[in-house]
Amino acid sequence: MNLALRDIRHHRGRFVLTSIGLGLLLGVVISMGGIYRGLVADAVAILQSTGADLWVVQQNTNGPFAESSRIQEDLRYRIAAVPGVAQAAPLSFQSVQIERRGKPFRFFLIGYDYRPGLGLGGPPALIAGRPIAQKHYQMVVSQAMNMPLGDTIHLGLHDYTVVGITGKLVSSSGDPVAFVTLADAQDIQFKQENNAIRNDRARLAAWVAARPGLGAGQERLLKASLAGLTESTHTVNTVVARLAPGAELGRVQAVIGRWNHLRALSTEEQVEILTKGMIEKARMQLGMFRVILLVISGVIISLIIYTSTLDKIRVIATLKLIGSQNRVIVAMILQQSLLMGLIAYFTGYVLVRLTHKNFPRRIELVPLDLQVLFVIVLVICTVSSLVGIRKAMRVDPAEALGG
Amino acid sequence: MFAVEIAHLTKVYGQGETKVVAIADASFQVVPGELIAILGPSGSGKTTLLTSIGLINEPSQGQVVIDGQLLADDGWLPGVDLKRVRREKLGFIFQHHNLIPFLTALENVMVALEINGHSRAAAKARALELLAALNLSRRPHNYPAALSGGEAQRVAIARALANRPKVILADEPTAALDTENGKNVMAMLKQIAVENRSAVLVVTHDQRMVEGFDRIFEVRDGRIVKESKGWKVEGLAAAGA
Repeated sequence: MNLALRDIRHHRGRFVLTSIGLGLLLGVVISMGGIYRGLVADAVAILQSTGADLWVVQQNTNGPFAESSRIQEDLRYRIAAVPGVAQAAPLSFQSVQIERRGKPFRFFLIGYDYRPGLGLGGPPALIAGRPIAQKHYQMVVSQAMNMPLGDTIHLGLHDYTVVGITGKLVSSSGDPVAFVTLADAQDIQFKQENNAIRNDRARLAAWVAARPGLGAGQERLLKASLAGLTESTHTVNTVVARLAPGAELGRVQAVIGRWNHLRALSTEEQVEILTKGMIEKARMQLGMFRVILLVISGVIISLIIYTSTLDKIRVIATLKLIGSQNRVIVAMILQQSLLMGLIAYFTGYVLVRLTHKNFPRRIELVPLDLQVLFVIVLVICTVSSLVGIRKAMRVDPAEALGG
Repeated sequence: MFAVEIAHLTKVYGQGETKVVAIADASFQVVPGELIAILGPSGSGKTTLLTSIGLINEPSQGQVVIDGQLLADDGWLPGVDLKRVRREKLGFIFQHHNLIPFLTALENVMVALEINGHSRAAAKARALELLAALNLSRRPHNYPAALSGGEAQRVAIARALANRPKVILADEPTAALDTENGKNVMAMLKQIAVENRSAVLVVTHDQRMVEGFDRIFEVRDGRIVKESKGWKVEGLAAAGA
């Protein structure tokens, strides 16, 4: 006869409610693990969707995601000429926050070379619409932006129309991703308003006028050169490259690294920077919370099992008096604790499984994490039951006697 | 062979100035089928005597023999499995029925059988047989809370009888019952002693309940001060009972 199940059957309401309550706590633990995995997945999603082997960025920087990197767009041709490089393409990244329908609307904008066969890092498989087919004013948005095909958005100086929708792609900070052509992205990021351009030109004219020794030709040439520099938008954040089959990554990195103003990062290094650098603190924070919540779960289970044992002191004394083996009593307490853990775990799991798509950030439920947590929960339940078992083992059978 | 034999049984609590002699030099034998009452006022040591015979309270001195097996000789004998002796040879009935509240009447009887190694089917058959014998066949699936005091005590008796014990130890089995139910329980114990050939030792402070017992021991201050025989309770000290 299973005494644990009999006891639970008799107090099923209390037991189930307690287990569900504990399940909510474990649900938070599961979701926190999922959030961490989601952070990693989000962080590398753009990297992976790009399909590049090499990320060339401004020297002494950690690339376009970790910090600011600005290099000239035409470097793509130099990089493409390096032996071992099969293809090179510029990319531009920027976080954009605008007001949309009265609410702040934040997303991550990627500019890429839209021309077929020339670009890298464009939108991954589309689920609706079509790719960008012209140089200006079209965009592909990720599903997470909740923008239908044909919708428009005003960025910089122009309106952009949604022509395609890709999957739920987000940046490392969890913002949904949108794609425009590189030219549009450069305009949005670098192009000044007309008034600002006029103002700069006036300042330049005043500066040249203050130098009377300049000839008319020199003056014209200087104005044109300086205006070209200040008004140019041909800047990108990175040039990504795909290596030819059999090419040695280290050798290509070394060649590009010899150019004084550039740094060539492999995709693995980028992943390392993103996961170890950018989300390490978040990982530790979530890890700490998980540990704290698991400790709390353990304490709660201990308290429940202990008070449940206290409620059964007379039952335990009676069992001992009629000659019950210790294993019968230990099994009763341990099985209840384990069953509580099991119900709580599966309650938490089902809860997260049903709701994880509604969370604002991605929750990635990794089977290995769930299995490890399951084992941890069983260990916690076993350890927690020791308090009750210790109490039960100390019960004197004589306590069954008398009033 | 005696069902119970105690010789110079002494139980001392504490030491030095706090030393309390709960039982002092108690000796008697009980044959199978004999019905014994242990009478005495509160604190006289009668429950301590019962728990020492019931292998719960380790005697400080003296011997305890159950069904011919020496179990204590100035303390428990090493290597003796007291729990095994309790579940195989002893049956306990308590002041309050002490039924397990989360088990039905049937399961309360079955649990004593299952922990003694009976199969589930065998335990169920024996439990149903006992409940029927105690006129409880209509309520096997009721929980203790749904039983009357008398019914619950009868289930407790069925549990005590489950493993056909050589000795039944009852601690104030009628204290929580009204007079009529108390008398019924005592009548059952007498019947068990006769039919099962079990030695039945009943601790009580109510001398009205011990009529018909084979022998009555009166305990005061840890000593058996009087032993009476016969069906009629006569000659007992008026005080204390």
